[in-house]
Amino acid sequence: MLLEVSNLAVDLMGTAGAQRIVSGGTFALDEGESLGVVGESGSGKTMTALALMGLTPENARVSGSIRFEGRELTGLREEAMLALRGDRIAMIFQEPMTALNPLHRVGAQVAEPLVLHRGMTREAAFDRAVQLLDHVRLADPERAARAYPFALSGGERQRAMIAMAIGCSPRLVIADEPTTALDVTVQARILALIDGLRAESGMALMLVSHDLAVVAGHCDRVIVMYAGLIMESGPVEVVLREPKNPYTRALLEARPQPGASRGRRLRTIPGSPPIHHEIGAGCPFAGRCDLTIDICRTTPPPEVRFSADRLSRCHRAREMGSLNMRTGA
Amino acid sequence: MVLYALQRLAVLAATLVAASLIVFAVMSILPGNAAQTMLGSTATPEAVAALAHKLGLDQPAPVRYAHWIGGALRGDFGLSYAYGSPIGPLIASSLAVSAPLAIMAMALAAGIALAAGVYAADRRGRTGDAIVMGASQIGLAVPNFWLAILLVIVFAVSLRLAPAGGFPGWGEPMRALGALILPAVALGVVQAAVLTRVTRSAVLEALNEDFMRTARAKGVSRRSALWRHALPNALVPILTIMGLQFANLIAGAIVVENVFVLPGLGRLMLQSISNRDTLVVENGVMLTAIIVIALNFVVDLACAAIDPRLRGLAA
Amino acid sequence: MSAGGLWRPRVSFSLWAGAILALMLLLAAAVSFVWTPYPPAAIDIPHKLASPSLAHLFGTDDLGRDVASQLLTGSRISILVGLVAVGIGLVFGIVLGLIASFSGGWIEDAVMRLSDFVFAFPALLSAIMLTSTYGPGVINAIIAIGVLYVPIIAKVTRATANGVLAREYALAARAAGRGPLSIAFDHVLPNIAPALIVQATIQFAGAILAEAALSYLGLGAQPPQASWGRMLAEAQNVLYNAPSLAIYPGAAIALSVLGLNLLGDGLRDALDPKLKARS
Repeated sequence: MLLEVSNLAVDLMGTAGAQRIVSGGTFALDEGESLGVVGESGSGKTMTALALMGLTPENARVSGSIRFEGRELTGLREEAMLALRGDRIAMIFQEPMTALNPLHRVGAQVAEPLVLHRGMTREAAFDRAVQLLDHVRLADPERAARAYPFALSGGERQRAMIAMAIGCSPRLVIADEPTTALDVTVQARILALIDGLRAESGMALMLVSHDLAVVAGHCDRVIVMYAGLIMESGPVEVVLREPKNPYTRALLEARPQPGASRGRRLRTIPGSPPIHHEIGAGCPFAGRCDLTIDICRTTPPPEVRFSADRLSRCHRAREMGSLNMRTGA
Repeated sequence: MVLYALQRLAVLAATLVAASLIVFAVMSILPGNAAQTMLGSTATPEAVAALAHKLGLDQPAPVRYAHWIGGALRGDFGLSYAYGSPIGPLIASSLAVSAPLAIMAMALAAGIALAAGVYAADRRGRTGDAIVMGASQIGLAVPNFWLAILLVIVFAVSLRLAPAGGFPGWGEPMRALGALILPAVALGVVQAAVLTRVTRSAVLEALNEDFMRTARAKGVSRRSALWRHALPNALVPILTIMGLQFANLIAGAIVVENVFVLPGLGRLMLQSISNRDTLVVENGVMLTAIIVIALNFVVDLACAAIDPRLRGLAA
Repeated sequence: MSAGGLWRPRVSFSLWAGAILALMLLLAAAVSFVWTPYPPAAIDIPHKLASPSLAHLFGTDDLGRDVASQLLTGSRISILVGLVAVGIGLVFGIVLGLIASFSGGWIEDAVMRLSDFVFAFPALLSAIMLTSTYGPGVINAIIAIGVLYVPIIAKVTRATANGVLAREYALAARAAGRGPLSIAFDHVLPNIAPALIVQATIQFAGAILAEAALSYLGLGAQPPQASWGRMLAEAQNVLYNAPSLAIYPGAAIALSVLGLNLLGDGLRDALDPKLKARS
């Protein structure tokens, strides 16, 4: 296994005490594999990604275990973490507008990891950056490398961001909503680019997204997060075809179905995700869930394992196949 | 960049014309007669009229303005009424004291502000931050001329380490520089209080930007991300405020020069006020305005050199 | 930061400390009208440069005047200059800012350009211009300081007013045919009041500093008016004999300014939580 995460928890220390943003995160990722992490905003998916990078905010406490290439990352010295970041693990961020430094040339920013991790001179790294920009199929890479971020379009900036991430041939790339801020057509091209790069380099991908469709098309496995908990995980086609968790099912029903009859109304999930301190003893989805029964409100949902890599966290997971969401019976 | 510089140059020229009009309006057109002021309230109307004629004050305002600016452009600022000598050299010799003083004070203020401001931003909410912010709050409240007097009490009166004032002239460079140290400290430390707060909030803002996380994700260390990525982005607001604050620094220099009896521009102007030497004051004020406006022009260019967005699409 | 949107005024250390110091300043001025240990301008050469004692709490100066009495009376000029200068700034600044905001277009541009420009002339420089033409005095000092505040207040007013005018209720009032004046009084002024109160407090502190500098230079308060700035100038003449004379007036200025600045910061935190995030 390239990455093995077990019992990952992130607590934010505030004036009102600690808030658990991520809890009991357990998942693994093999070489070359791609894992989708799906959830609404505030579900803890971005915090999970940042925990892997060792870049959680200063007031956050990370516990549990993160093993990457056989090495334990939690509690690792900062110098050792610095050597990993941008070299073995790279990250692509959501906002290509603000994620690039406005004052540095695009080429210099793409070159920076090469200078840091490969000991290249700035000039040599800049030349290599032009090749990388060409590799991510940016038109006129010479011009793009010399340009400042404000002169590039959103799609071009995101390509530059990807070039920056793959420069040192990382084994794991974490992409946090890489296409959310882009037009739909650009989105598809960027995702195709990421797929292509993964196929040729054998790197593993962790794709964080709120969009099930994006994950469905580009990932081998998926984990669905809600209020800091992994609600369900498994192979992507199995989870989407036969969800074993009411939250996953609600997400699936809340998106437009291809071939659905015109005029059919989309289902929405009633209510809004809980604020962390509002979560009581029971399941965080209790109340919004059609299948809520008494035990959901009082007891945390158990992890129900269906196969080696198929898991759902729900009191009624085993009944899911036969239950109708609308009536709960 | 060239286009941007030309554009700023046009604004600079327009600002200078506006400044000269304001100075001229306040000092030469508004009711009140310079000749009357020069001669004092006991002078006979005939004497006032005669002096006004001699100074050309009885001519129409546009003519006088043209005469003033025309002369100034040729380097002829007229004669000082009190000293009977040309004003140009008089102001030049006072600038030889004031300019180094202002530069030393600004350098000191900028040094303190950058170090303390970045330190405080890096340690936001912790003890170090609180100490810096508390110290800057006190710095904001202390009048620079009082600090100057306190420095004299400590270093000249008690410790007898430095002269209490006076200026030996640039013939003795080391002693001259020494005479400027205490004044520069008094000016610079107080100025640093404002700039430290500006630096802190500008750096804090930059630290919260998304690109800081990108830099860290690349493997850039915390410290290097702070200096290489956050500080340059904070520099534009910091420089802009420094430029605006320079006007206050010059004003402070006028007062502090007085504490240390330095023969600078401030003292020249004050003496000219008590000598009723209006023409010297007019040119001194104008020169100060020119320095402030020109410095802000330089700051604009510096900001454009730092931030490509400010100079438009030219790469 | 509060999740439920509950608004609770934050009474911070700044607010408390600032309010206490500012009150002390006001109290000093108030007391000076009723009582001072000695007449502040009473010269008593035999008792000149006396050390602090029960008879003279802060000693006497080189003319034998009681320092404590002068300190008390000197607060009046600080408050007078502060009040009037800030008043000038508020009145003209609000009017100018509202005109700029309501008319927009080139008028707005012109007003704002003019404001930028005035920053090139610090209070001291305009005071030097004014006094050299019209002679020194408190009134010229006040005008010079007040004029500088007009653009500052105008900027704050315009920025806030533009924000308010873009909101639905102001748009609705405009659509209903309400005139600009009634919109300004009903909607704009109540909304800019917090920002202006904060600005006015901090500018008040600035005015005290500027007045002290001008009086120190002899361009502000004239004898026999007691003024902290002039006390410092006079103390400088006897610095080697009585350095402590230069301590008290400076400390009075610094404490007053510190108090008003803290009060301004505290008020900003309490009145305008939006602004806090930026400081």
